[in-house]
Amino acid sequence: MTELLRIENLTIAPVSAPEQLLVKHVSFALESGKTTCIVGESGSGKSLTALAVMGLLSDQLQRQSGSIIFQGKDIAGWNNQQLRKIRGKQIGMIFQEPMTSLNPVLTVGYQIGESLTEHLGLKGAVLKAKVASLLQQVGIPPERANSYPDELSGGQRQRVMIAMSIACEPAMLIADEPTTALDVTVQAQILKLLDELKSRMQMGMLFITHDFGVVADIADNVVVMFRGEVVESGPVNQVLSHPQHPYTKALLDCVPDAEGLKPLKPIDYAWLKTGVAA
Amino acid sequence: MSMAPDKHILLARGLNKTYSQRSGRFGFGTNKVKALDDVSIALRAGSTLAVVGESGSGKSTLARCLLQLQPLDSGEVMFQGNNLASLSGHALRQERRHLQMIFQDPFASLNPRMKVRDIVGEGLLIHEIGNPREQLEKVSRILERVGLSAGDLNKYPHEFSGGQRQRIGIARALVLEPKVVVCDEPVSALDVSIQAQILLLLKSLQQEMALSYIFISHDLRVVRHIADDIAVMHKGRIVEQGKVAEVYAAPNQDYTRNLLNSIPGRKSLAA
Ligand SMILES: Nc1ncnc2c1ncn2[C@@H]1O[C@H](COP(=O)(O)OP(=O)(O)O)[C@@H](O)[C@H]1O
Ligand SMILES: Nc1ncnc2c1ncn2[C@@H]1O[C@H](COP(=O)(O)OP(=O)(O)O)[C@@H](O)[C@H]1O
Ligand SMILES: [Mg+2]
Ligand SMILES: [Mg+2]
Repeated sequence: MTELLRIENLTIAPVSAPEQLLVKHVSFALESGKTTCIVGESGSGKSLTALAVMGLLSDQLQRQSGSIIFQGKDIAGWNNQQLRKIRGKQIGMIFQEPMTSLNPVLTVGYQIGESLTEHLGLKGAVLKAKVASLLQQVGIPPERANSYPDELSGGQRQRVMIAMSIACEPAMLIADEPTTALDVTVQAQILKLLDELKSRMQMGMLFITHDFGVVADIADNVVVMFRGEVVESGPVNQVLSHPQHPYTKALLDCVPDAEGLKPLKPIDYAWLKTGVAA
Repeated sequence: MSMAPDKHILLARGLNKTYSQRSGRFGFGTNKVKALDDVSIALRAGSTLAVVGESGSGKSTLARCLLQLQPLDSGEVMFQGNNLASLSGHALRQERRHLQMIFQDPFASLNPRMKVRDIVGEGLLIHEIGNPREQLEKVSRILERVGLSAGDLNKYPHEFSGGQRQRIGIARALVLEPKVVVCDEPVSALDVSIQAQILLLLKSLQQEMALSYIFISHDLRVVRHIADDIAVMHKGRIVEQGKVAEVYAAPNQDYTRNLLNSIPGRKSLAA
């Protein structure tokens, strides 16, 4: 078990409103070959945390404090040029909507090949063979390398994104709600694929989701965020079966179960405030 | 499934609907999509029938065709002894009062330039129900019932959160005291806590107002909690229907089994 990523005391706020903290003193760790899920409601700061790890926060936001220790080095202060060398190579990324991250006028094979050429200098027949093997690994017939993104289904596009993100065999994969826009059956396939790739390549995966069902299926460790703060974190079984924080309990109580046995209970935010303070 | 007509408030038989789509990279060809292929469903009075299926399976088309918001190619929709598909003009409008719809996207489905009182009251105007004072009373009462307040009457949709906007959508549908409400993915865009609030609200309104729901969803966990009966759609066809508890316990079709096995956290999150 080797620690791959450790975030310590990460705080993010708008440049124009430095007192309005969007991410507050967030700390957690990720090991190689394991999946850490960040789970929380919309607006809780999940995506900002992931963007900060990749050094992709918008200019309107600033990291007020925090270290981002990746493979033993604090990359929090790195400039764009330094970060570009590890983005795509050591850190792969996938987002919710594959169509917006794919270029509609380039074939998917070309786009998968781009980072192999940039980071590893692959060209010609070697490049072509590597692209074909990547497509195969994500379950797409290699001849689809010549297809354009709009000729693929949503699930296939997300598979292409995965192929792009693992092309250089990164040590870490950051996936921000990668299955949220997909049908459930496709979601199940993609989760299985990511889980297999993670194990086979010994990648650490930082997986963001709002769905505790997905957490249960894919996480080793869980980080629960609420209004910019980590309220609870720990091994998946512990957090799901024995949640310690009232917010985690309340959030779990809202998730309908497939058996229909559990009464649905919306979060009582007013109670939570006093509950948390107590 | 028994089809005793007296117990069914809405019965649809043999619905067909085909769309023509442009095809090919430059849109020169046309492609026919059979969105509804011989679809029949039966909604029991006072109950909730879920229509589930993957995106593109025809759920929204079914919703629009049931309410005659879109013409069918063929088939009949029986409601209170009338075939809606054969009505038009005034006769259709009269029936439609009793058939309302709640949409997925509370952002897109509310006119941003209208105040809440006008959005919710519009149906009363169209159907000429009550005088202005009575209309305002009805609007205020339903707003309060769905968890908003009279203070919200003069606000615009953008002043509300996603969950509150869905409450406005519910108020707009229910102010006419309908008998059947078709809910097209009403909680799909909402956070899980807001989703739970809206599901509980829909359930209690159903009791109070004796509503029958057609509840369209792709989330089988939500369906288990809200619905009595289920119809599974795949490529425009209903491939399986029955009682929710029975279909979940013993699905007949591989397609349904696959959907059920794909429910996230199915194994690990069991209660
Ligand atoms: N550029 C920005 N300026 C101001 N606020 C922002 C900006 N980007 C995001 N936010 C706010 O930060 C909060 C956290 O956002 P985000 O990390 O995207 O949430 P999540 O991914 O958990 O849904 C939200 O309230 C969002 O509105
Ligand atoms: N207005 C339309 N014109 C052409 N094709 C349509 C139209 N609306 C829906 N379709 C097609 O009909 C099929 C069913 O769509 P829809 O009823 O929206 O499915 P669902 O709600 O289950 O996602 C899809 O193939 C869709 O592309
Ligand atoms: Mg996000
Ligand atoms: Mg739809």
